[in-house]
This record gives sequence, C-alpha cells and structure tokens, in this order.
Amino acid sequence: MDPVKYLKSADLMSWLEELARENKVFAPRYEGDAVIFAPFDPKQEISIKHAATMPPKKTVFPQSEKLVDFTYSKDPENLSRILIEAKEILPKGTTVVFGSRPCDVRGFTMFDRVYLAEKTTDVYYKARRENTSFITLACEKPETTCFCHWVDSSPSDASGSDVLATPIEDGYVLEPFSEKGQKLLTSSLLENGERWILEVKDVHENAAGFLANAPDLSQAPQKLLDVFDNMEFWENAAAKCLSCGACTYLCPSCYCFNITDETTGMKGTRFRSWDNCMSAQFTMEASGHNPRPTKAHRLKNRVGHKFSYYPAIHDGVISCCGCGRCIKSCPVGIDIREIVQEAINHEPAIGKE
Amino acid sequence: MNTNLECVQPVSGEEFEYSYKAEITNVYPLTRMEKLYQIQLVDPMERERFIFRPGQFVMLELPGIGEAPFSITSSPVRHGDLELCIRAVGNMTKFLDRVGRGTRVGISGPFGTHFPVEKMEGEDILLIAGGLGIAPLRSPILAVLETRSRYGQVDIIYGARRPSELLFDYEYAMWRQFDVGLDIIVDQAEPGWQGPVGLITEILKERIAKGQTDRFREGTSAIVCGPPVMFRFVCDLLIAAQVPVEKIFVSLERRMHCGRGKCCRCNIGSTYTCLDGPVFDYWSVLNLKEAI
Repeated sequence: MDPVKYLKSADLMSWLEELARENKVFAPRYEGDAVIFAPFDPKQEISIKHAATMPPKKTVFPQSEKLVDFTYSKDPENLSRILIEAKEILPKGTTVVFGSRPCDVRGFTMFDRVYLAEKTTDVYYKARRENTSFITLACEKPETTCFCHWVDSSPSDASGSDVLATPIEDGYVLEPFSEKGQKLLTSSLLENGERWILEVKDVHENAAGFLANAPDLSQAPQKLLDVFDNMEFWENAAAKCLSCGACTYLCPSCYCFNITDETTGMKGTRFRSWDNCMSAQFTMEASGHNPRPTKAHRLKNRVGHKFSYYPAIHDGVISCCGCGRCIKSCPVGIDIREIVQEAINHEPAIGKE
Repeated sequence: MNTNLECVQPVSGEEFEYSYKAEITNVYPLTRMEKLYQIQLVDPMERERFIFRPGQFVMLELPGIGEAPFSITSSPVRHGDLELCIRAVGNMTKFLDRVGRGTRVGISGPFGTHFPVEKMEGEDILLIAGGLGIAPLRSPILAVLETRSRYGQVDIIYGARRPSELLFDYEYAMWRQFDVGLDIIVDQAEPGWQGPVGLITEILKERIAKGQTDRFREGTSAIVCGPPVMFRFVCDLLIAAQVPVEKIFVSLERRMHCGRGKCCRCNIGSTYTCLDGPVFDYWSVLNLKEAI
C-alpha cells in the first residue's frame, strides 16, 4: 500500500465525518471573531484559510482538567470519622485534530521534554498525548507575525504531527509521519497521491520562500543572560505590558499550571488549570515574599525561559515555535522577536556596571 | 471542624503520582503562629523505607484543600515518622492550624537536594538560622547531634524577632548538652528576656572577632537558612571571615505547585528550586542571578 494519499477538497467534510465516527474530531471554526479548535460539527463550516487564533493546546493540555475526584462519607459505625475516597480521572478515547499548523504541533514537542521526562512523567498529559493524532496543514503563505524559520522550523515542518496535509489545487496531499497517522489514512475517499509529490514540494518551497533570512539565534541564550541584570533593558521592554497574559494563554509551548481543590458538600475535585507567569501573584509566596516582583522581572522570565533557560537544559532547543500569536494578540504590541534581537545586539555600556 | 478524617488513596493506575497515606499523630503548638506536626506514614513498611536527608522537603496534601511543600524538620533517623514545623499563613496552613491529631493526609517526596552533613565530618560546623529558617535547619542540627563525635566544634546561632517567637525553645538545653555553642538573639526584648538583643549579624561578628578566622579557613562548613534578606548579610560576613564560599550552604524558598519541574514557579533561570535545590552552596547562589 502506498503511504501518500490524495483527498479532493469536495470530500474533506465527508472524510472528517468518517473520522468523527470513531474519534473525537477537533477542527478550527469561527466562534465570534476568533478561530478556535472546536468539536467537529458537519453542519458548521470549518475555517482553515489562516492559522487559528488559538492553538489546539487544549486538546492535549486542557485549559482546566479534573485530576482527582474526592468523595467524603461518614463512617456509619462511628459518625465522627470521615472517610475520603480519591479517584483519579484519566482521560479516555481517541482524539483527532484536523487543521493544526506545523507550529501548533511543534509546541507539544517542547511539552514532551518536560511532561514525558523519565522521572517526572505526567500521566494525564501522557494519556492525552498518546490518544491524540494531529493532521497538520502545511502553510502556503506565512503571515507577517510568523517566524517559525527563526527557531529551526518551517511552514511544512511535520515534527510532532501524525499526518502532514499539503493543500494543492482542488485537494490535499496527505503524508503520514507516524503509525497513528497511517491508521487515519485508510478511508475509501482517499486515492493514491504519489503523482502529486512534486507539486507538494513546490508548495513547501514556495511557502519557505516568503520567509526572509532568519537572524542567528545561537547566541541568544548567552546574550539574554548577559542582559539579565540590566533592569533598564527589561523595564523598557515591559513598559507597555499590561500583564494580561494573552501571550501565555495563546502560546503553544507555554506549559505552566495551577492546581486547585474545590469541595462542595461531600464531594471534591482537584483541578489543574493553565496559569500565567505574567501575573503578579504567580510567584508570590504565602509569606509575601515575591521573587519576581515587577512586570519587568516577569517578562524577563518569560523571554528568558523560552530563549535561554529552556535551551540550557534541553539540548539547545528553543522553547518557542514561532507562531507569532503572542505578537498578533498582544493588546499593546509587544514583539518578542524585537526583545530577543535587542538582547543579541545589546552592547554593554563601557565602564558602567 | 471534624478532625478525624480517614483518607483512602487512589488505587486505579500504577502510574498515579504517588503519595503516601499518612496521619497526623500529634500537634504541638510552638508559638502563636507555628505548630509542630508529627506525621507518620500509615504503612509500617513504607515508613521504614522512607529515607530522606536533612534539608529535603515533602509535599503535604490535604484532599479537598490543597497541596504545598514543607521542609522536613525532624531527624533523618526517624524515617517516615516526620515532623513538620508550619506557620499558619496561607490558605492551606490556616486550615491545617485547625485540624488535630488523627487527621489523614498525603505525603509525597522526599524532594530536592540536602545539606551534605556527611561530607562535613571531621570539620567544625556553623549553623545559622533566622526566624522560621530554624525549621529546615533543625534537621541537620539533629543529624549532627546524633553523630556528634564525628564533628569538631558545632555552633548554632539563631535569631528571632521576639523571645515569644523562638521555636523549639524546650530543646535548647538538650542541644547544649551535646557540647554545642548555642547563641540566641532577638530583635525586640520582651519582659523576662535576659539574652542579647539585636541582629543575628552582631552575634556572628562577635564570633569572628574572637579570633576564629584561622579555624574558619581551615575547615568550617556553614549552613544558613532564613529570610532572603538575611542570606547576603550573613554570607558576606562568613566570606570575610575566610569561610570558603563553596562550604556555605543555604536553603532557598520559592512557591511550588508540583515539585517536579513542571509548574514553572520556582525556577531561577534554568535552575529549578524543586529539582536542583532547595539546598544550594553559596558559590552557586552567587552565580545564580536573582537567587536571593
């Protein structure tokens, strides 16, 4: 069986319907002004013209997920004793995400290094990651905020994806990149796509051609450490920041969380929810001591974590997938590309310590 | 408030982020704010196998309330029969303040690095604590006292705000019996207080002025724990007194939600306090920007 397949545009909805019979399918669609990944509904149009406003991060790392359910009960023999039963809630079922972009999925490869690490594997993340397949759409034309080529990626990067779909005239060429992906390509709606291989290459090269030369970021980890103590630099960078957290919530590679227990009557649940390192309370200790007291400290940590601290402990891999959502959605127009470049080009003032 | 909680731990998956079933066996009020909680792992086998080193911490879990990190304040020879010294200051600790013995809790850990007291054998040891810093420091103190013959001179300097805020005051006489120099200083005297009044650095300066510099240089290790502002003042004095910088150990505090390097609260650059700390030698701290 030939692995490369071709799907006519007209058959796309029927194919997704087929997939939705056995899996939970997520596809991008308009919700108000934003394009988000929502459960696939054949009656609603999907929107795959541009990258979605929100990445499909929540399909593997939900915005708020239940970890453990507690049930309290009274011991009938001794009413002053309260019994607690705790039950962990592991996610079940398989999910297919259609229409993710290369950058969206590459974000999970940065999660993997932390959440699937040998001694600290996260069972909830692992279960979802293994049960979720991504059918990624190669980008035809980047937007002005796109910078995946800065961070060792490209508009047709398949890392982390199970199937790479390349749009060509009247259809999509589907290339499997994993066993999970191969299993998705068994539908009778698909035909052999071997003869389109050259056109696919053209689309990929064409898209890459739109992206200008990328600056060399190999010095970024060290240069960001060099400006670490320069609070003036960071105060300038963060001057406009509102600490709203849009950048962190929309980031495909941001993985911090908060854990909260909620109890009502005799039942309780432990939740894990996305958190936001731009918030003033993020590192506030119960004693009132806050190691990152100002927004400049917090922005420094966010940029530093992505371009310096994470690469330092993860084989030099930059924890940014270059999707540009933090730039596009920032209400005050802070551009992480500018901050990194300024740090790289920063010359320490002579004689000033 | 019902204090007789029985906790049944999850049984489903083997890979569940495991926490030990434990019970608060005793609660001693130490001061107005702090209490000493004796917590025992329920399973005797697990209790025996629970091995930790002085300076490490555990995550204490109250189902339905929350989970938070606390450094172990008991001696490592006690294994899974732990003591935690906790100040009622946040959501969870204020709840903990109201529970009594018999309460079932979860313990996971031990996590983090430890004070290398085993490497300090044959040397003099200086243990310096400020305020609640005595909580993580009591573990190395007891560990050293239990193997007292292996160490040279042992000195403890402890500073608190007021005499009524001194922790473990009932143990001082016992510590002194082990041939330990114990100096206690408070910021503000209260009626009945006969000891010195002032900052912890004053006692330290006195010590140094007594001509101990040579001893410091030859083989003294220092363990320092206290509020962030204290580290710099105390450690600068120690360095000036020729204590090698790599022989000064401090325990840092950060907010933590996981203890496994995921929640991104405790990182200082690429160093995670939960995995690479909380105990650092002062050389690393000086090279770790914004650590203190």
